[in-house]
Amino acid sequence: MAVPPEVAGQAAESHGSAAPKPHLQRDHVVIRFAGDSGDGMQLTGMQFTAESALAGNDIATLPDFPAEIRAPQGTLAGVSGFQLNFSSSEIFTAGDEPNVLVAMNPAALQANIEDVPPNAVIIVDREAFTDSNVKRAGYKTNPLTDHSLDKFQVIEVDVTKLTSLAVHGMGLNNRAVFRCRNMFVLGMLSWLYQRPIESTLTYLESRFKKTPEILEANVKVLKAGFNYGETTEMFASSYEVPAARIAPGLYRNITGNSATALGFVAAAVKSGRPLFLGSYPITPASDILHELAGFKNFPVYTFQAEDEISGVCAAIGASFGGAIAITTTSGPGMNLKAEAVGLAVKVELPMVITDIQRAGPSTGMPTKPEQADLLQSMYGRHGESPIPIIAASTPADCFDCAYEAVRIAVKYMTPVILLTDGQLANGAEPWLLPDADKLPEIKVEFATNPEGFLPYNRDPETLSRPWAVPGTKGLEHRVGGLSSENLTGNVSYSPANNELMVRTRARKIAGISREIPPTQVFGDADGDLVVLGWGSTYGPIREAVKHVRAKGKKVSHVHLRYLNPLPHDLEETLKRFKQVMIPEMNMGQLVKMIRADYLIPAFGFNKIQGRPFKVSEIENRINRALEG
Amino acid sequence: MATALNRKDFVSDQEVRWCPGCGDYAILAAVQKTMPEFGIAPENTVFISGIGCSSRFPYYMNTYGFHTIHGRAPAFATGLKISRPDLDVWVVTGDGDGLSIGGNHLIHVLRRNVDLKILLFNNKIYGLTKGQYSPTSEVGKVTKSTPMGSVDFPFNPITVALGTHATFVARTIDVEQKHLGEMLKRAHAHRGASFVEILQNCNIFNDGAFNDVSDKALKADHQLILEHGKPLIFGKNRDMGIRMNGMRPEAVQLGAGVTESDLVVHDETNLSLAFMLGNFEPPLPTPVGVFYAVSRPTYDGAVNKQLEDAKAKQGAGDLKTLLGKGDTWTVTS
Repeated sequence: MAVPPEVAGQAAESHGSAAPKPHLQRDHVVIRFAGDSGDGMQLTGMQFTAESALAGNDIATLPDFPAEIRAPQGTLAGVSGFQLNFSSSEIFTAGDEPNVLVAMNPAALQANIEDVPPNAVIIVDREAFTDSNVKRAGYKTNPLTDHSLDKFQVIEVDVTKLTSLAVHGMGLNNRAVFRCRNMFVLGMLSWLYQRPIESTLTYLESRFKKTPEILEANVKVLKAGFNYGETTEMFASSYEVPAARIAPGLYRNITGNSATALGFVAAAVKSGRPLFLGSYPITPASDILHELAGFKNFPVYTFQAEDEISGVCAAIGASFGGAIAITTTSGPGMNLKAEAVGLAVKVELPMVITDIQRAGPSTGMPTKPEQADLLQSMYGRHGESPIPIIAASTPADCFDCAYEAVRIAVKYMTPVILLTDGQLANGAEPWLLPDADKLPEIKVEFATNPEGFLPYNRDPETLSRPWAVPGTKGLEHRVGGLSSENLTGNVSYSPANNELMVRTRARKIAGISREIPPTQVFGDADGDLVVLGWGSTYGPIREAVKHVRAKGKKVSHVHLRYLNPLPHDLEETLKRFKQVMIPEMNMGQLVKMIRADYLIPAFGFNKIQGRPFKVSEIENRINRALEG
Repeated sequence: MATALNRKDFVSDQEVRWCPGCGDYAILAAVQKTMPEFGIAPENTVFISGIGCSSRFPYYMNTYGFHTIHGRAPAFATGLKISRPDLDVWVVTGDGDGLSIGGNHLIHVLRRNVDLKILLFNNKIYGLTKGQYSPTSEVGKVTKSTPMGSVDFPFNPITVALGTHATFVARTIDVEQKHLGEMLKRAHAHRGASFVEILQNCNIFNDGAFNDVSDKALKADHQLILEHGKPLIFGKNRDMGIRMNGMRPEAVQLGAGVTESDLVVHDETNLSLAFMLGNFEPPLPTPVGVFYAVSRPTYDGAVNKQLEDAKAKQGAGDLKTLLGKGDTWTVTS
C-alpha cells in the first residue's frame, strides 16, 4: 500500500480511444481531501467514494474531522479530512499514507504533510496561500515557494479563480461562489482518475432541488473542474483503477452507522415487532438516530430523550411492552446508562445498547475512534451483571452485528451491547446487499397461556424467561430491580435464592457460546504467532498479516465478533500458536480478558491516538515479535 | 366490562410492607377502590415506579407492574406508552424520586404531555433511606443529614408542574379518601400527562407534616377546596374567602360588606390563577383540587400520528426496498 501513483501496482499504458491524453493503470490509489471544516471536504470525499464504488473498485474510507463545527477559518483546529482508498483488488483499510493530498489551504497542508510520503502528489489551491493564511497555519514562509515541498509533486491550481470564472455572469455572491470550490476539485479528480460524474450530478440535483441557481452553479463548477483536468497541461495523463474482482452480486456503498441502523430495522421487520430507539444526541452515534427517524413507516419509533438515562429507560419500557428496543450512544453515555442496563439484566428484558466508541476519557476527542469501552461493557455495572457483547469489524459488518445483537437479545431475553467506533461509524465500504428473505430467523413468541405461568420459568435450553407483555389476560405480573424469587419473581431476600438467580443469569449468558460459529483462522491453524483482534482493527491486522505471510512468515489472524461470551474453541485455537499478539486502540483490554480466562501470555500492542493503526505499524510489531 | 370489575381484581397476592400507619395504605386503598370504575381490565393497566417507599406500589396492584430505578419511572413509562398507546399507564413516584434524582424526567414528561397518570406522594422526607430531608422539606428542617437545620430552599411540586405547562395539575391528601378518589377520576379522565400531588404522612420520620390540612379539627380552616367556576370559599363555617387586593390575593371574612361576588372564582383553564394558587402559603389556606386542566395534543398521540401518516404516504416499510436504496451496482463474476 501507500506507494505513489507513479509506481503503484502494475502500471501499464492503456490507450483510451476517447481521451486524447493517455491514461495509466493503477492497482490502487489513496487520496486524502483536506480543507477547512466549511470547505465541504467530507462531501467531496463521499461523492468521490460513490463514483469509485460505481466504477467497481473496492473502497475503504476514513473521514477525520474536528469536533468543532466551524473552527476559525484557516486554522489547524478547523482542518477536516477524508481519506479514500480505491482499488482494483480487495483492500482492508483506507491506506496508511495518501498518494494524493488535496490541500485547500495552508492549514490543511500543515496538518497532513507528515503523513505524505516523498513523491506523492499534492494538489493545492494556490490562491488560498496568502500571507495571512500561511501565517495562521503556523508557517514562517510560504511552503509553495520556500522549497520545503521539493520532494513532492506539487500541483498548484487556482481553484478559487477558476470556480468563479465557471459561474461568471450568474450573479452569485462571493460566499456562494466560494462554497462551490469543492466541486471544482471533485471534477478535476474525477477526470484524473476517470471516475464517472453522473452519480454526483444526480446527488446535486436532489440536494439543491429547491435552489436551482445553486444547483446550476455546482454543476457548472463540477464540469469545469472535469474539463480543466483534460485541458490543462499540469496533468500529463489520467489514471485508471480498474474494477476490483470482488464477490459477485448487488452492491451499495455504506457507512457503519447506516449499516447499524439498517441492521436494526431488518431485525425488527424479521421479528414482526416495531423498532423503538430511545436515544440522546452524541457524537459519533447521532447519525443512527437521524437515519432511523426516517423509517417511521416500518414502523420505527425514535424517541429523542431529555438525556442518556431517559433514552435507555424508555427503550426498556418499550421492551417491557414488546417492542424491539435499542439505545445508541458513545462512551460517556454508556456510563450514564449503566444503572438502567443493570436493571434490564436483572428483569431480563431484551434490548441492544450500541456504543460507538470514541477517544476518551471524559469528552476526550469526540470525533476520533478508540476501543477503550470493552472492559466498561464487560464490567461497568454494579453487581454481577453479565451481558453479551458483539463487536463489528468493518462498516458493512455493522449490519450483521446489529442484526445478530437483536437476535441474541430476543432469544435469550437479555440486554446485548454492540460495540462499533467512530472509524466504523463514518467510514464506508461496498456492501454486498443481503437477501432479505434469507436473513436468519428472529422468533418472537410472547407468553399467552395463563395456566402455570410464572415470569421466571425458564426455557430449559436457553434459560431465557418468557416475554409476557401487558395486554395479555391472566399474565399480570410485576418485575423490578429488587432481588426476586426464582420462578415467581416475587421480591425475595433469601440468600440462597439470590445466589441461585445470579448464577442462573450468568449461566444463561455463558450458554450463548453454544451457538457461536467455530473460530475462523486466517492463515494456518498453527504457527509462530497469531494476531487476535476485535472491532475496527480488522483492516490493518488483515492487511499486515497478508504482508508477512507473503514473506513466508507463520502468522495467522483471528478476529472476534463475540467478546462475551468468547467462542468456546478460542482457547484451543490460540494455544496452537507460540505467540498471541493483541493490537487494540486502548491500553490493553481484550489482552487482560484473554490472559485472565486462558492463562495465555498474550501480549498487547496499543495505540491511543484517536487514529486507526497503520498496516506498517502492525507489520513492524509482528516482525519484532518474530525476531524474539 | 365496568360492572364485571371490582376492587379485588386490582389487589395482588403480595403482602403490603409499608410501616403500620403509613399514608401509603390510604392511597393504595383509594386507588384499588377507584380503578374498577374506569372499566379498564387489569391486564391493560400498568403501574410503573421508581425507588422509594411509594415506589413499592406496583407490587400491590394486580396489574402489570414495573418497579424500576431511582427517579426514572417517567422515562420507562414514556417508552411504554409511545409504543403501546393501548395501555393505561400510571406512574407512582415520591418527592425524592420525582423531584430530586428524577426531577429532569418529571419536567420533561410533563412538558411533552405524554398520556400518563402521575401520582407524586409528597411526605417532605426521605423515608426509605431513614429520614434525610427531601427537596420539598422546609428550610430549617432538622433531620439526620441536617442536624443544624436544612438550608436547602424547597421545591413546590404544584408550581414545578405548572412551570412545565403540564396540562393537568391537582393536589389531594392521603386521608381525604373521597377527594382523593375524585382526583384519581379526574386525572384518569384527562388525556395527557395528569399530575397529582398527594400529601402523604410519614408517621415514622415526618409525622404530622400536613396536620393543618389533614387534622379533623384544623383542616376546615386551612384547606381551600378548588372547584371550577365556584368562588374560593373555605373555613369551618364556610365564611372565609379569597379576594384580590390589587395584584395580591388575601383571605377575607365574608359579611360586613364582603360578599361572594367579591371573591375570586376558580377557573381551571387559567394558568396565571393556577400559579397564584400554587404559591399560597400560610396564612393563606392550602388549596386542594384541580389547579389547572387544559386540553393539548398528547406526545404519544402525535408520535403515533406521524407513524400512521408516514405509512399512509409511503406505504408499509419494505425491507428489500430499504436495503437496496441509493446508488447500487452489480458485480458479475
